[in-house]
Amino acid sequence: MKHLLSTRDLSRDDAILILDTAAQMAATQEREVRKLPTLRGKTVVNLFFEDSTRTRISFEAAAKRLSADVINFSAKGSSVSKGESLKDTALTLQAMGADAVVVRHWASGAAYQLAHGGWLHGSVLNAGDGTHQHPTQALLDAFTMRRHLVGSPEGAGLDGLTVAIVGDVLHSRVARSNVHLLHTLGARVVLVAPPTLVPVGMEPWPCEVVHTLDEAIESYDIDALMMLRVQRERMSGGGLAFFPSPAEYTRLYGLDADRLGRLPDHAIVMHPGPMNRGLEISAEAADSPRSVIVEQVGNGVAVRMAALYLLLAGEEGAQ
Amino acid sequence: MSRPIVIVNASLYGEETASLLVEDGVIAQVADSIEAPEGALVIDASGLVALPGLVDLHTHLREPGREDAETIETGSRAAARGGWTAVHAMANTNPVADTAGVVEQVHSRGQEIGLVDVFPVGAVTVGLKGEHLSEMGAMANSRARVRLFSDDGICVYDPVIMRRALEYVKTFDGAVVQHAQDLRLTEGSQMHEGEVSAELGLAGWPAVAEESIVARDALLAEHVGSRVHVQHLSTRGSVEIVRWAKERGISVTAEATPHHLLLTHESARTYDPLFKVNPPLRTQDDVDALRDAVGDGTIDIIATDHAPHASEDKDCEWAAASFGMLGLETALGIVQKVLVDTGVLTWRDVARVMSETPARIGRVDHLHGRPLAAGEPANITLIDPNAPWTVSADALASRARNTPYGGIELPGRPVATILRGEPTHLDPRLAPDTEGVPA
Repeated sequence: MKHLLSTRDLSRDDAILILDTAAQMAATQEREVRKLPTLRGKTVVNLFFEDSTRTRISFEAAAKRLSADVINFSAKGSSVSKGESLKDTALTLQAMGADAVVVRHWASGAAYQLAHGGWLHGSVLNAGDGTHQHPTQALLDAFTMRRHLVGSPEGAGLDGLTVAIVGDVLHSRVARSNVHLLHTLGARVVLVAPPTLVPVGMEPWPCEVVHTLDEAIESYDIDALMMLRVQRERMSGGGLAFFPSPAEYTRLYGLDADRLGRLPDHAIVMHPGPMNRGLEISAEAADSPRSVIVEQVGNGVAVRMAALYLLLAGEEGAQ
Repeated sequence: MSRPIVIVNASLYGEETASLLVEDGVIAQVADSIEAPEGALVIDASGLVALPGLVDLHTHLREPGREDAETIETGSRAAARGGWTAVHAMANTNPVADTAGVVEQVHSRGQEIGLVDVFPVGAVTVGLKGEHLSEMGAMANSRARVRLFSDDGICVYDPVIMRRALEYVKTFDGAVVQHAQDLRLTEGSQMHEGEVSAELGLAGWPAVAEESIVARDALLAEHVGSRVHVQHLSTRGSVEIVRWAKERGISVTAEATPHHLLLTHESARTYDPLFKVNPPLRTQDDVDALRDAVGDGTIDIIATDHAPHASEDKDCEWAAASFGMLGLETALGIVQKVLVDTGVLTWRDVARVMSETPARIGRVDHLHGRPLAAGEPANITLIDPNAPWTVSADALASRARNTPYGGIELPGRPVATILRGEPTHLDPRLAPDTEGVPA
């Protein structure tokens, strides 16, 4: 693996290798000295064209615990600014000798362009590109599910599990990444969203779609319920709105104590963060014992350590 | 005094073989054999197809305003190399071609360069803002003799403005040339809305946004008894609406571009903005429908929508990139590849869809798209249909480099273009005693 751009590129074996490696990484984090020498001398650049403190510090922690040198590069660009900066930034990073570039960008495809534009030679790790993909988020979600829901996790997929993903699928890179990864790992995926927030053209996706959360809870034996973040500006604003009001969204798609109570006993509740408490998820649900939301954050570091390790240490062997 | 030209043994319209004598800007003689006058340029046209000079109804020359992307001069050279003897220059320049002054300037600059007739298309509304009709009468009566009006790049969206424009252009036998795009349905749109956009996370440009405007405009044209030309049809649904409108007797004509006849939305998977164009590349089913529609005459013409862009507007993120691609130099090769070599069109048909009909729609058919016959203006394109070549962006005459066809092989190419008796493009192999393309 040279780059990690999309979960669609991952075979089942690739995905399980990453999850197993993440499990080993997580185990090292229990030790007194958590730092590993694995990537000593390697330079990892966190290239963020979009603010995301959580994702950046997660990658930063992952790289530092592997002893890599980390450079944080915040290149904020709005959608109106011309993208010459992407190319020039890439050339700059190449000149500085980046071994891996972790990129977060507002534009779908920016990570792909960085990997294939011929501008830099290092590995590219997609940390979220527009509404396209966010593969390490899906991997950490899968890792979390596997830990909680699979008897002997090592080497296993998510076969037989049913995962419901609730919310704004249209604009969600988390949903796109998860649909394909979870399917690859053997899970059944159910998308729960109003028709306005389901992309036209998603018919070939390996998943099912229902239009209310109650229907999903009634019709499926849900093992994991993933609540997506909803942006309030998508809820109002006349013709630009995808939904009549935040209150109606909460009534039809919000996870509250009542709906939580109707889930199977073993089911876990997930959220990629940051949460809108009271909108897509109530405080009771977010803070309930079934919520693994805080654990997802910790697993994120382990999964990102695994991804960096496999991309960067792997190439030593090849040389 | 221009040098006489003898074109020996050309296949006229891809049919019978004959020789042509060109003198004083006109075709002086068409015969089985012609004795070359003293000093004549003799072109051995064995194996070449002769067509009336091609007429593009949809070209962006970018001058005035974006001379870093294209100028009337570089665009004229690209046109000549592509076999065109006339191009219609779209109005979305800076300043916009919405006054007699701008259209006269563009037209006269074209004449000064002399490689292709540049017919300016006037803006329908002032500044392309869609609010007030531009002074179309002044442009029509100017030396540029404008007959086509378009806000191309932007749809004339307000139905009342569209209605008024359609009515008004009847004064001078003009036509409104519409870029059919519902603006509200396409806010922020990046590519065809379908399976590929869903996967790539790029905002969709739905087919219905084009089709609804095509239907509306056909009905408006019927209602006021005027003439509408629909640009760059891109969907099967649009084809069906145009077919319906023609059956109903509505005065609607339509064009397809080479890129919509060759490429599909699958190209976006590379996120290479060279494939970003408006309207977007659609599905294979749409491509098939467009090809059939050119074949059965529902689509009247092929037009390039040649849209040069500076490299910084293409060498960037997809969503930040400009819409559009080069087309003048590759159009004929693509038409041969997808329509002639596949049996959809004969070369006679190519003359119709790339010369005669566009000249008629543009009301320049007294000058262009004329028969290859004695006494007619000597506007001639010679095509070698057996000269495969590989497109290279760096080898194109345009100032810009944004061709999506780099590395693609095309089966044939124009080897000579003659405008009123003067060669504007001449492959050196044809006339080793000349300098090739004249200055």
